[in-house]
Parts: sequence; structure tokens; C-alpha cells
Amino acid sequence: MVDLSVKVGSVELKNPIMPASGCFSVDLAQVMDVNRLGALVAKTVSREYRIGNPPPRVAELECGMINSIGLPTKGIGYFLEHQVPEYAQFTPPLVGSISATTADDFEAMTREVASHKDVDVIEVNISCPTRNPGGGNFAMHEDHTFNVVKRIRSATNKPVWVKLSPNAGDVVAIGVAAEEAGANALVVSNTILGLKINLDTFRPAIGNKFGGISGPGVKPIIVRMVHQVSQRVKIPVIGCGGIVKVEDVVEYMLAGASAVMIGYLIFRNPSGIVAMIDELAEWCDKRGFKRVAQLTGAMVNDPIAETFSAAAAPIGQGHKTFVPAE
Amino acid sequence: MAKTVFTASPYVVDGVNPPDPKPEIPAEEALGKVVSHDWVNAEYKHLVVKASPKQLKAKPGQFFNILCPSPDDGELWLRRPQSIYRIDRENGNLEFLYKCVGRGTRGMATLKVGDDCNMVGPLGIGFSLKPGAKNVVVLGRGVGLATMGPISQLAAEMGVGVTAILSARSADLVMADDLFSKSGEVIKVLDSDGSSDIANVRAILDRLIAAKKADAFYTCGSNRLMFLMKELGVKHGIPGQVAMEQIMACGLGPCYVCVRTFEVDGHKELRRVCIEGPVFDLQECTGW
Repeated sequence: MVDLSVKVGSVELKNPIMPASGCFSVDLAQVMDVNRLGALVAKTVSREYRIGNPPPRVAELECGMINSIGLPTKGIGYFLEHQVPEYAQFTPPLVGSISATTADDFEAMTREVASHKDVDVIEVNISCPTRNPGGGNFAMHEDHTFNVVKRIRSATNKPVWVKLSPNAGDVVAIGVAAEEAGANALVVSNTILGLKINLDTFRPAIGNKFGGISGPGVKPIIVRMVHQVSQRVKIPVIGCGGIVKVEDVVEYMLAGASAVMIGYLIFRNPSGIVAMIDELAEWCDKRGFKRVAQLTGAMVNDPIAETFSAAAAPIGQGHKTFVPAE
Repeated sequence: MAKTVFTASPYVVDGVNPPDPKPEIPAEEALGKVVSHDWVNAEYKHLVVKASPKQLKAKPGQFFNILCPSPDDGELWLRRPQSIYRIDRENGNLEFLYKCVGRGTRGMATLKVGDDCNMVGPLGIGFSLKPGAKNVVVLGRGVGLATMGPISQLAAEMGVGVTAILSARSADLVMADDLFSKSGEVIKVLDSDGSSDIANVRAILDRLIAAKKADAFYTCGSNRLMFLMKELGVKHGIPGQVAMEQIMACGLGPCYVCVRTFEVDGHKELRRVCIEGPVFDLQECTGW
């Protein structure tokens, strides 16, 4: 029996599989047993009602999809009064996700959302690429990240997970800034800002012009970021981007993730996110891992080989299936 | 066909399945064989798929989100929502009537008899008939006619008469007339002979209202016809419903991709077609 439980700082999850914010709501109970999930992650809420961006809000790409929803929300009051009690009917821990345009409001919202007894974790969305049409947000700059996370930290003792942007020039520096300001974990990452142009109309394919790219095409980029960030911070990293099969979960964990979040796959195969929990146990069993947590950061990170000797070696030499020590 | 490996654990129709741990969950992802798949004219195809027992509990006006094979070398990343044309509980089939217009429906058109078709559903809120209604009017155009098909089933189950006004460019593009001819009068109006003209459709509706044949209105497929029904609905106090479309991603509620504008007492709001619809109150609709 494989132990699928993982710890993200002080938060214990019965398995490392979570939905990504914006891809989950209690509506999914119409098609899956959401109690199987490691945690529930709410859609990002802001203080005021937001209508969101004009349709079309999604388009297909060669490598996945691009979306620009624009964080529609009924506001924090509705969230705390109506939506949190809906989530609380289910057993997994609840991650509430918040967004604001000022550090003052981020601090105030954190205080209000964290004070709800049924919110277990605050996810800080400082990285939505489509809230601001120019793509800018706190997670683009180290000092902005540090300052806002510091204020958020001061407002609660509950775990704070900071969701980073892959659009920042130096994501590692942003992650370090969030850790120094008191984040308990980092979510790596939000979507990659992109543009698709319709060649019939010569217009952008989605209503907000720019959108966030997600799906399998982004996975190697984000796996790389998870690895780089997790090498530099002590707090746990949660991998998020393009996971569609159990091997993707394993890859994120080997890169350094303690847990993962899944978005696109819910759209494609709603039965897949729960199936993946069972497949993760099977994968670990087959490869001799008793605990899934053993995978975190287990990528063999040898120094890069000397080129002449590597180029002289027989092809495939040294290829040996990894076997866990215990 | 799709090349990327995705994780799924669908119910397999007529296959061996683990016991359902949560029978109260109303929808599911299921794999069913294509029973038949024929062109009905140059633009429309009729798809018949074996459905799971849970999926056969679908109600008229609900929809399924279908994983279409790719029509080209690329991946088709998103499902395509399709309204149900007919629920055939006797044979365990769901039927869809769709127009091949884009990449998704062109891919769907490549499904062959015996192929597995992956469907998520039933989804959304379907049509309803108010108690006491004896005769209702269905007004559809083009591909919208397929969506109206299940009303003929609903009406038959409830012993309600249906007058169907079916609008199309030409006679060979009139859909669903066989379904509606079983449950009442069918009036075809065409662009080719000018009978689909709005003044003529208005005259037909006025005649039905005067003959007390219009206890409720149902429409899909045309902005022009939707506004006509809306206007006459207000004037004569006739309730109505409209089935809507929008580009969708999840089809389940959380992603907020498929929003449309509705208006209640002068206040505009966005609603999700997938879970707050696809069937909406005609008077609250602001555009098809």
C-alpha cells in the first residue's frame, strides 16, 4: 500500500493532486467525487464584483489552449457567505485564492478570507496574466512581490501560498522574494502570456487580445521553473502546468514539487484527475516507492559531464533505471 | 486522431466497469460505440451513439460535451458541446444532429460506425413545460432545429400539441421535420421561396396565438426569430424558452468561458451557457 500523503509545509494532503484555481468549483461534483482530491482550490476572488473579459474567452493552439477569462467574481462578500459554505460540504482542505490591485487591499482581503474557519490556506494570485490587459502584475517584480507578500503575511497565521508568474524575467528571484517575505509555499506557476491571431479575420482569436497559455505544451517550461525555484528556496513548491498523465505528476515531483495542481485535463477528461490519484499509487508501487513524498526533488542532479568523455562514451551507457534506496 | 496521452477513466458502455462509488453524481465521462453516422444533406450529419445508463437519464434540452477526433495532424484540445437531438432509451442511444462548420465538427464527422465516442454528460438545464400548457409553438432555424427536436419528445410525454415552424435556406436543409410531424403540425418556411420572411413568420405566429395554439414559445438558431418571439411573448403574455450556444471549454461550470448576456428588469448580467443553461427564459435573453 503506497502512502500518497504529502505535506505542503504545515498542510497535510491525503494525496498531492489538486485542481488549479480557475478550473475548479463545486459544480464539478456533477461529474466527479471531489472528496478524492488532495485539496479544493477555489476560483480567485477579488473585493468587488468583476464581470470578466469579453468573449471569446478561449481558443485552441498547437500546444494546448489560450484563455482570457478576466477573473470574473461576485466579490469577497458573496464568496465568504455563499461559496465557502458550499466548499465546506466536502472533506478536502479548502484553498481560497485572492486577487487585488493594491497591497492594502491584499492585506485586508487576506485578513477577511483567512478569518473564515472553513478556509484552510490562502493562495495569493499575484500572477493572473489577463486581469490587466498589459499582462502586468505583482509577480513580475521582486520588490513588488516582497512588499505585497509581507503585507499579506502580517494579516494571517494561516498558510499563505504565493502563485508565481512564468512571465517574469527571473522567476527564481521572485520566488526567493516571496519566501523572504514569509510565504509558506510557492505555486509554480500561472499561465504563459500569449497571442493568437485569426488568419481569416486578422483579429486576435480571443476577446481580450492577450491570453494565458496552458496545456501540455507549457509543461517542460514550468517543470524547469519548478526545479530552479525549488533549488533556491526552503519552502515547498507546488507544480502547475500542463499535467495530463501520471508521468507528468512524477516529473514535477522529481523536479522539486511537493504537490501538483491540474487545470486543463479537467476540461479534456473530467474523469482523469481522480483516475490519476489511483495511477500515482500504481506507479509508485511498480517502481518500488512506498511513499509518494520520496519523489519530491529526487531528480538525479549530477554535475554536467565533460563533453569529450560524454561524446566518446557508448550511446546509452549509464542508462540505469532508478531504484529507491529503501 | 489525438496523439497526446491523456488520463481518463470513462465508463465503458457495454463493457466491464467497476461499481459506481457515487450513483448520485448525475453526469459522467463515458465511451460508447458509434451506431450510425450519416450525412442527411450536404451540411448536416446525424450521429447515433451508445450511451451509458446514467447518460440515458438525459432530459430534453440538455447537452453532451463530445471529444472529437482531430480532422488534421494537430491535436483537438477542447471538447465540442452538442445539444441532444433525440434520446432513444429503448435502444440505449443518444442522437445528435450537427452542422459541419469548424475544426471540431469536421473532426466529429470522421467518426465511423463502431468507433468509440467519448462523451461527458448529460449537462446543463433542459427545456421545461409549464403545467397546463396544451399547445406550444417551436420556432427554429438552421442548426437550431436539431436542438428543438427533444421538445417533440417532451411534448409527447406530457400529451401536449406542438406546432413546429421550421426555417431554413432551402427545403433540403429543413431538419427535424420527421420528429415534429409525429407530435403536431409542421410549417416549413424557406429563404428560397421567401416564406421565411419575418412578416410571414409573424403572421403565422399571430394566427396560432389567435387559434389558442400558443401556450408557450420555444426557439433556437436565429437572432431575428428570437426577437420576434420575444416581442410577441410580451405582447400576449406567452412564456418562452430559448436554447443558447457559446464557445465552451469545460462544459461543467468552473471555467467561465461560455458566458452570454442576459437582462432582468433592466439589469444586465452574464450567465454560463453550460450550467445556468443552455435553455434560458426567452424574455431574459438579449441575443442569440
